[in-house]
Amino acid sequence: MSGSTIIFYLLSILTLVSGILSVTTRKIFRAAIFLLFSLIGIAGLYFWMQYEFIAAVQIVVYVGGITVLIIFSIFLTQQAGELLPQQNRKRVLFSLLAAFSGFGLTLLQIIQHSFNKTLESSILPTMENIGNQMLGLEDNGFSLPFEVVSILLLAAMIGCIVIALRSKPTTV
Amino acid sequence: MMEPGLNHILFISTALFFIGIFGFLTRRNLITMLMSIELVLNSVNINFVAFNKYLWPHKLDGLFFSIFVIAIAAAEAAVAIAIIINLYRSHQSIDVENAEDLKF
Repeated sequence: MSGSTIIFYLLSILTLVSGILSVTTRKIFRAAIFLLFSLIGIAGLYFWMQYEFIAAVQIVVYVGGITVLIIFSIFLTQQAGELLPQQNRKRVLFSLLAAFSGFGLTLLQIIQHSFNKTLESSILPTMENIGNQMLGLEDNGFSLPFEVVSILLLAAMIGCIVIALRSKPTTV
Repeated sequence: MMEPGLNHILFISTALFFIGIFGFLTRRNLITMLMSIELVLNSVNINFVAFNKYLWPHKLDGLFFSIFVIAIAAAEAAVAIAIIINLYRSHQSIDVENAEDLKF
């Protein structure tokens, strides 16, 4: 058993255990912290697969951005130290049933299906290849989706400001 | 323990996906539901990257898909949190059971 295998299992245990704790804990702030660790584990998995760019993006956007946003919104909307209400037993039972049956069904498909690997020579996911293809205009270029996503981000940003804007108190 | 391959990574992403689904079904607080959605989106990203690495290494399509998914997830989280904060301002609660003004 090599070191790479051990690291893989440690990362997957970190990801799955903190994911489970994140959806089951009754303290909302702890849920956010466990989500943070789960996202760090996923970034570690990307590093393990040697996709360094996407791992860095994962850390910057999720660990640095979205989790901080979630923690801020917890501070703005939650009373400190208050537990989330106890779950309805029946709902938990049926959700467990749905999750487990979906999990089993998907796993069955994964085990039965035989994946065929392509025989062509591989390109490395280096920064240079990613950048050239991301802004490329020829075949396999992704410049149109890149522009569309830019417009979407701009629209989302403006939308956030408009939604969260405090409406002026009407003076009588 | 075996040498990890594609099936191991698919197992992890499937487990993470259904952990997220479980959280989405049981939680009643809007912020924790948003966290569950983040878990689901991340599991899909793992799938894209793993398929790119193990099955189609001569292209980078999976990597680009996951980059675009991350961008859209960031936009979605920002809009959702703006809506949640606005809801808290008008209702003093972010429980989905209390947000039923649009129900009928």
